[in-house]
Amino acid sequence: MILKGKAHRFGDDVNTDYIISGRYKFKTLDMKELATHVMEDLDPGFYSRVEEGDFIVAGSNFGCGSSREQAPLAIKYAGVSAVISESFARIYFRNSINNGLPSIVCDSSGIEDGDELEVDLENGTIKDLTRGTEIETSPLPKVMLDILNEGGLVPFINKHGRLPVE
Amino acid sequence: MGKTISEKILGAHAGGDVSAGDIVIAELDYMMAQDGTAPLAVRSFDGFKEGKVANPGRVAFCIDHSAPSPLKSVSDLHAIMRTFTGRYGLELNDIGSGVCHQVMLDRAHALPGSLVIGADSHTCTYGAVNAFATGVGSTDFAVGMLTGNLWFRVPETIKITIGGKLGAGVFSKDIALMLVGDITADGATYQALELSGSAISDLDLDGRLTISNLAVEMGAKAGLMEADEKTLEFFRGRTDRPIVPVTADGDAEYAKELQYDISDLAPQVAKPHTVDNVVPVEEVEGTPIAQGLVGTCTNGRLADLRAAAEVVKGAKVDTSVRMIVAPASREIMIKAVREGLIETFLEAGATVVPPGCACCVGTHQGVPSDGENVISTANRNFKGRMGNGEAFIYLASPATVAASCLEGRIADPRKHFES
Ligand code: SF4
Repeated sequence: MILKGKAHRFGDDVNTDYIISGRYKFKTLDMKELATHVMEDLDPGFYSRVEEGDFIVAGSNFGCGSSREQAPLAIKYAGVSAVISESFARIYFRNSINNGLPSIVCDSSGIEDGDELEVDLENGTIKDLTRGTEIETSPLPKVMLDILNEGGLVPFINKHGRLPVE
Repeated sequence: MGKTISEKILGAHAGGDVSAGDIVIAELDYMMAQDGTAPLAVRSFDGFKEGKVANPGRVAFCIDHSAPSPLKSVSDLHAIMRTFTGRYGLELNDIGSGVCHQVMLDRAHALPGSLVIGADSHTCTYGAVNAFATGVGSTDFAVGMLTGNLWFRVPETIKITIGGKLGAGVFSKDIALMLVGDITADGATYQALELSGSAISDLDLDGRLTISNLAVEMGAKAGLMEADEKTLEFFRGRTDRPIVPVTADGDAEYAKELQYDISDLAPQVAKPHTVDNVVPVEEVEGTPIAQGLVGTCTNGRLADLRAAAEVVKGAKVDTSVRMIVAPASREIMIKAVREGLIETFLEAGATVVPPGCACCVGTHQGVPSDGENVISTANRNFKGRMGNGEAFIYLASPATVAASCLEGRIADPRKHFES
């Protein structure tokens, strides 16, 4: 699968409270509604700027903080196709894959805000079309790739009738 | 090669010999979800083609984050939890029971040597009682309910040895903040911590739980300690389930070993807006505060309430400050009432709210106003955490919070503990 879109640049330690604040997530299960508040405390204009297929590009430790699965869901429902970061916090990492939102680990330092990117999930490469560079990504563990390929953990279990580890 | 506590507990629950880096399916002894995560777990669960809850006796739901409900929309989410627990015969700890993590301990759901998941990142708290306990999201939790199992990557372990003796007015929270400041917010990502040493053994269970609670603020998957007589004493009379404590082998392999001596440790404060932005209290003394919170799954236990009460006893909270006290569970609140601690807080002018998360995560019971500084015993000070991105949160021990509430500015608590 090839994903194409614009980079939206964030820094290190983007925590789940920034991604979706507790003051919204306790009120609703409507992810489209939550998505309108995504990144609000960090970048209030983000939701109105982001376009279908765009990428969030961050530094290290993306998704640190709480276990709220509303974080990757709000990102996904805002139209973001993948998050590209130097590293992810553990629970967020699992949650994003479980919901079919790719978390891509690589050296993201060369990507700047607004760059046009082309991401090849299978081959693990990112082309920065604006800068004419290519970035290698770290491969996902097989168990996570298997979940991602089925679109998430619930569809995986519905299809295979077992956990994604043989 | 010897094994770490994580390798042993995960191995025992996966039915085989496992080592760091392995990916295993392990059987869960207990699982917990709260009102911020359970409704979404119910929705994930409803997405399964077929199935029911595999082990209803091993699931607890807690309504603590937004309890009692401040809004109709929240009430509707609580109703989803009540319906689901009713349908499958699951334990529901409704409003007023307390913060989910303390309920899991009070009811002896998290035992030494057991494997526990919680749909809440601070599930790592029970590492202090020797449980391999880790936070998961709602979908993993739903899978746990459906199958009774979950997949895990067996973590590498950082061994942390803490020696020395805490000075008067310095507490386990100060050790925990010092560790987060030193190891940093992502210094232990994907890894487990094993904490030991004389300073850990000297602590009562309440103090140990505070340290394991902050393990996730270093990115860790678990914050494990060995069980000792104090641990076993806590569980005595609370459960008939077998207790099988697990110790690390002397020749276990560690990713890293760290040593600390806390004899000269000063009270610590984490400044806005990251938990690892830690300084000694002297550096922030005098910063005006508008609100103080004593409570949460970090510091709402009896030892914490006693320390805060000792500071405010016979004194008055400054008129510029709202001091909020939230006992971590109903059991703790009852004990605090009997000991007279609640009376002490009320006489000092504090507001005591029901057992639960209080204003920790910005849902209710004390959202700060723009530009206000809050000093809190909680574990997170992220911008917006308490419901207002224009407020500033400082984290400290219950004694430091209480001392600050009396003065209306961040204060060194040690003067209240000099003998
Ligand atoms: S007290 Fe705070 S940190 Fe603990 S479970 Fe509640 S909201 Fe989370």
